[in-house]
Amino acid sequence: MADPLIELRAVTKRFPGMKALDGVDFQIFPAEIVCLAGENGSGKSTLIKIVSGVYDFDEGDLLIDGKPVADFGPRAAIAAGIQVIYQDFSLFPSLTVAENLALNRLLSEGKAFVDPKRRRQLGAEALARLDVSIDLEATVGTLSTADRQIVAIARALMSDTRLLIMDEPTTALTGREVERLFSIVREIQAKGIAVLFVSHKMREMLEISERITVFRNGLKVEEGPTGEFNEARITRAMTGHDIGHERHVWTGDASKEPRLSVRGLTVGDTVRGVDLDLHRGEIVGLSGLLGSGRTELAMALFGMEPHSGDIRLDGAPLDLESVQDAVAAGIAYVPEDRLSEGLFMRQPIARNVIASAIGRATRGPFLDHERLNALAEQTVSDMRIATPDIEKHAGQLSGGNQQRVVIGRWLLTNPKVLILNGPTVGVDVGSKAEIHRRIRELAASTGLAVLMISDDVPELIQNCNRILLMHRGEIVDQLDAQSVEEDDIHGRLKGLR
Amino acid sequence: MTSVSKLLRRSEAAVLAILIVVMIVIGVINPAFWQADNLFNLLRANVVIGIMALSVLTVMISGGIDVSFPAFAVAAMYLTVIAMNAMGYQGVVLPFIGATVIGLLCGLANAFFIHTFRMIPLIVTLGSASVVRGLLLGLVGTSIINIDRMPPSLIAFGSSTAEIGGSKLSLMIFIYLGIAVLMWLFLTRTMAGRAIFAYGDDAESAKRVGFNTRRTVYLVYGLAGALAGFAGLLHASMIWLANPRDFVGYELDVIAAVVLGGASIFGGRGSVFGTILGVFMLTLIKNSLIIMRIDNTWQGVVVGCVIVIATALTAWRDRKALV
Repeated sequence: MADPLIELRAVTKRFPGMKALDGVDFQIFPAEIVCLAGENGSGKSTLIKIVSGVYDFDEGDLLIDGKPVADFGPRAAIAAGIQVIYQDFSLFPSLTVAENLALNRLLSEGKAFVDPKRRRQLGAEALARLDVSIDLEATVGTLSTADRQIVAIARALMSDTRLLIMDEPTTALTGREVERLFSIVREIQAKGIAVLFVSHKMREMLEISERITVFRNGLKVEEGPTGEFNEARITRAMTGHDIGHERHVWTGDASKEPRLSVRGLTVGDTVRGVDLDLHRGEIVGLSGLLGSGRTELAMALFGMEPHSGDIRLDGAPLDLESVQDAVAAGIAYVPEDRLSEGLFMRQPIARNVIASAIGRATRGPFLDHERLNALAEQTVSDMRIATPDIEKHAGQLSGGNQQRVVIGRWLLTNPKVLILNGPTVGVDVGSKAEIHRRIRELAASTGLAVLMISDDVPELIQNCNRILLMHRGEIVDQLDAQSVEEDDIHGRLKGLR
Repeated sequence: MTSVSKLLRRSEAAVLAILIVVMIVIGVINPAFWQADNLFNLLRANVVIGIMALSVLTVMISGGIDVSFPAFAVAAMYLTVIAMNAMGYQGVVLPFIGATVIGLLCGLANAFFIHTFRMIPLIVTLGSASVVRGLLLGLVGTSIINIDRMPPSLIAFGSSTAEIGGSKLSLMIFIYLGIAVLMWLFLTRTMAGRAIFAYGDDAESAKRVGFNTRRTVYLVYGLAGALAGFAGLLHASMIWLANPRDFVGYELDVIAAVVLGGASIFGGRGSVFGTILGVFMLTLIKNSLIIMRIDNTWQGVVVGCVIVIATALTAWRDRKALV
């Protein structure tokens, strides 16, 4: 067998107080698609940073093409043909597609002047290599996330790339876009380039990769051909134990007055006359392609989008003109993008938790710090947020814990209806199960009605009693989550084009 | 997208359209507006503000803001004139080089603080402006150098004109246009210029791609200072006096002109052509206010409104483009 393109032998990387990687052996062969799995903090990010030369390691050897390399930095990694596409793509939104593509090459050539014709030509070549067409003169900021990702891939392949590392590449993509990405990845592979994937989505790992490596607590715990894995085995390897997947059973009475009743809800032409009932204790899933109107529906119910139609909570009509109206009525919304819409990253957890229920921690016009801290402590333990203390900044938490902060915050307002938009995007399996458990518990014990918007079909099946599919502003399908199969939903989603 | 609709979407086209409308309206109210004398005067009023605007444009593309250029301009101008008088030097080229170098050094000082301590450009340039103005008045002098003590070589240079159809066109306009063409070439056709756009768009990505961001910061603020110093001395040559308290309030006018020309206050966007149009628009508005005998104090209100409206429009455009 040929030498691996890159090989780590017994590599250990220490950070103060912990071993991020502990004696790890890892290889990637040419034209191979490998998936790295592991929870946050398991060591997979550290591994990527070592392979791309960003981190130095403390023990072990790194070999390129079978030869040990002593001084491996970012430049050496690029010279060896290793390119990383970060989650934020590192593109320039105000520059054109052509310029974004050509910059690296022009820079490495070290010329002082720029020839616009050559820039265009370099850009066109880069896109042609992937067999995609994107307007070269469009500014990158106007492109969709999927197109931006393709530009980032095309740029990474401009140099003599032999290994492409993609960090969570499918997080922001819809089903169809994921398919396009995968077909591009297979084309890249056909050109002899190896691809290293980091993903939280097991279904995708199983679909695209040829080999899966699982990390836990800095150790490589499992490795093998993808064919030998299934979701349960990956989960077990990642978390060290089985995660139960009992479905949510709703025992309420559908003939009673619904908690939330929506009739003829219309938002511009993105949501067109939607009828929706949520009963006490129900968890209703909502899925659909991006642009189906599902986010607009959620925003309208949270008073963020002007809308028409009849909305009733426990039978009483609601006039939701602002977020304040929605909160006052008992509706809570956990947004898609917790970074920009949900969390104050530089504020302590305690303040983040109390932000929506500040009225519960005041004495007259002043803050009652004792009560505030007590409420925050209670939320931290209720939601099992892993933090040494509530004064830590929200930005220092892992994705899963951040999401628990956002959800915990809304639970403090004692909501009657909870709308979750992508509740576990970018959250690892263990955390995910924990969040799901808590939501199901709440629905069952407090009569909370939950609307769960998600692209993650297994998530919907496990947690909801009903699943709605939305397309072009209308609800086109209603499925019983107890009996429906995952592939059935995938099939129906693919049919919505 | 067709090239026509692309052209129309560019903010320069919008500014140009508004400009033409404004000129027609002013022409109707006051037919004297279209006389060559008035138009040439108007162009002449563009020169100094325009060069300063090009310096601010560079800073704004890099994602920063510069309010120190009026102070640097006044320091470069006053020091150069004093030095010329002290040495009895009569010439043009060397003094302009001197003024440019003084501005450059001040600008590099800005860059040093901004880059080394990762400070916010607004705070650094507010501070350096105050320090430079204070030092100038405290150490160098407070008296205005009038026409009788101004170096005759500078006056002669600043008042050189070409006669076109009986009206005199200041040749300084060609210096402004020359600098504008060089800046356009620099910003669009050199890697150093593109580095400024990339840096202003996303500094972290610029670093990852391999730009030398330290060099970019020094280049941006150094260039801004140099242009300010040059513009300062040019201003003195054109008005025949050197006032150490000059250029007060220019920050607002110039930033207004640049924003009016479509540059984004968030960095990454802006063009030389747009800036030239923005400067022309601003001088046109101010000039018309004077012709209409509107009190000086009200001009500030108008400029303030222009800056707010133009910024609101660009912010709206940026948001629309990103959705």
